[in-house]
Amino acid sequence: MTPEMLSLSNSPGLFVGIMLVKILVVFGVTMLIVAYATWCERKVIGHMQTRLGPMRTGWHGLLQPIADGIKLFFKEDLIPSESTKVPFLLAPMMILVPALITVAVIPFGPDISVGGFLIPQQITDLNIGVLYILAFAGLGIYGIVLAGWASNSKYSLLGGVRASAQMISYELAAGVSIIAIFMLSETLSLREIVFLQQQDLWGVCSFVPNWYVFTQPLAFCLFIITGLAEINRTPFDMPEAESELVSGFCTEYSSMKYALFFMAEYANMIVIAAIAATLFLGGWSAPLNIGIFTMIPGFVWLLLKIFSMMFFFMWLRATFPRVRYDQLMRLGWKVLLPLALANVVITGLVVVIF
Amino acid sequence: MFKEFAKGLSITFKHLLPGHSTTVQYPTVKLKPSDRFRGLHRLVPSQDREKCVACYLCPTVCPAKCITVESAENEKGEKYPKVYTIDMLRCIFCGYCVEACPVEAIEMTGAYELANYEREDFQFTKERLLK
Repeated sequence: MTPEMLSLSNSPGLFVGIMLVKILVVFGVTMLIVAYATWCERKVIGHMQTRLGPMRTGWHGLLQPIADGIKLFFKEDLIPSESTKVPFLLAPMMILVPALITVAVIPFGPDISVGGFLIPQQITDLNIGVLYILAFAGLGIYGIVLAGWASNSKYSLLGGVRASAQMISYELAAGVSIIAIFMLSETLSLREIVFLQQQDLWGVCSFVPNWYVFTQPLAFCLFIITGLAEINRTPFDMPEAESELVSGFCTEYSSMKYALFFMAEYANMIVIAAIAATLFLGGWSAPLNIGIFTMIPGFVWLLLKIFSMMFFFMWLRATFPRVRYDQLMRLGWKVLLPLALANVVITGLVVVIF
Repeated sequence: MFKEFAKGLSITFKHLLPGHSTTVQYPTVKLKPSDRFRGLHRLVPSQDREKCVACYLCPTVCPAKCITVESAENEKGEKYPKVYTIDMLRCIFCGYCVEACPVEAIEMTGAYELANYEREDFQFTKERLLK
C-alpha cells in the first residue's frame, strides 16, 4: 500500500496534532532566528566598520538579544496623548502578524511517512502559495501606514507616507519578476516549485539541480532588490531614515510595541530570504545532486540558504548609503519595472518557442 | 556602476576578516595617554614642602574659576599656600594654570578616570594634589 497524504479527513486527531507541532516548531525557530539575527547584524556590521559589536553580555555578547528583550519589556509604555489610541495599539501587531504567517507556506523538507501517512514538511501547501505570500507582503504595509497615521506626529506620518509610496512602486516590480518563475514552473504551489527545481539542470546536466536562479538570473536580482525595498532595509530604508525622520513610523513607539516593530523588521527579512531561497535557490533541496549532499536533511539546506541571504542583506547594510527619495522612485518605475516586464516578455517568447 | 558596488562590498568584507578591529576593550585594556595629555593636576613637591609660592597667578588666569588659594607664611618667612583646592566639577582642563605658574609648581598628569559618587570627592585639596 502506498502511503496516503495525511489530511483532516483520513486521520483528524493525528493531523491536528502534527499541525500544532509543525506550527510551534516553525514559530519557535523563526523567533529564535529573529532574536539572534539582531545579534548577528550588530556583530557583522560592527566588524565591517572595524568595531567589535556587543562584547560584554555573555561570551562575545551572546546574551545581548535577551538583555535587549528584558530591557524593552520593562520600559515605560508611552502612548502620546494626541495619538489615535486603537490604531496606535493595532499597528505593531498588524505589521508583525503578516510577517509571521507568511512562513506557513515555506516548505522545509521532503514528505516523511509516519504510520502509513505521508506528512509534508510544510505547515500548509496552498495551491496559490505565492499569491498568498504577495498578498501578505502587501498587508504588512498597513501596519506601517497605520503607525505613521495614528502617532499624530510629522516624522511618523512622513515615514508612513514614504513607506506606502515605496511599497506601491516596488511591489509591482517584485510581482512581475516572480511571474517569470510561474511561466517556467506552471504552478503557484511552493511545494511543486521546489520539486521542479530538483530536476537536472535544463534536462542535461545531471548533478547540478535545475534552480531557477540559473535560468532566471535577472529575475533573481530584481527580486532581491525589490525585496530589500519592500522590507524597508538599507539602502531603501526611507520610512525609517534616522538621519532625516528621527525614526520614521516608529518614532512615537516605546517598550514592547517598539520591540514588535523591531521583530517584524527581522521577521520580514527572514521571510524575504526564505521566499528567495524557495523560488530561486531550490528551497530545501541540496545544491548538488551528490549522495552526501542529499543525505543532509532539507531544513539544514533551507536554513543555510536563508542565513546566507540574510548575511548578504547585512553586508549591503554595512556597505551602501541610503538612496535619495526621488532616486528610489526613479529606480523603481524607470529601471526595475521595465526590466521585469522585459524579462517576462523574453521568458514568454522562450517558453513558447521551445 | 556595478564595479563600484563590488568594490565597496569587497572593502567591507575585508574588514570582516579577523584582525581588522580597532576597538580597545576599555576597562580591561587601557590606552596610555600621550605625554602632553591634560588630565588631573598635580602639585609638584620640593624637598620638604610644595614648590608653590602662593602667587595667585593660577586662580587669576583660570577661566573656569575653579582654583582656590589662600596664602600664608611659614617660620622661615616663605609664602606657601595654606589652602590649595581645585574643583574638578568646574575645571575645563585648559592647562592655563600650568602655563601661568612661574615656579613650575603645578603640572597635569595622565589620570583621566575622575568619575565619583559624592560631590565632595571632586574637591581636590592640597594633600590630594600633592600625591
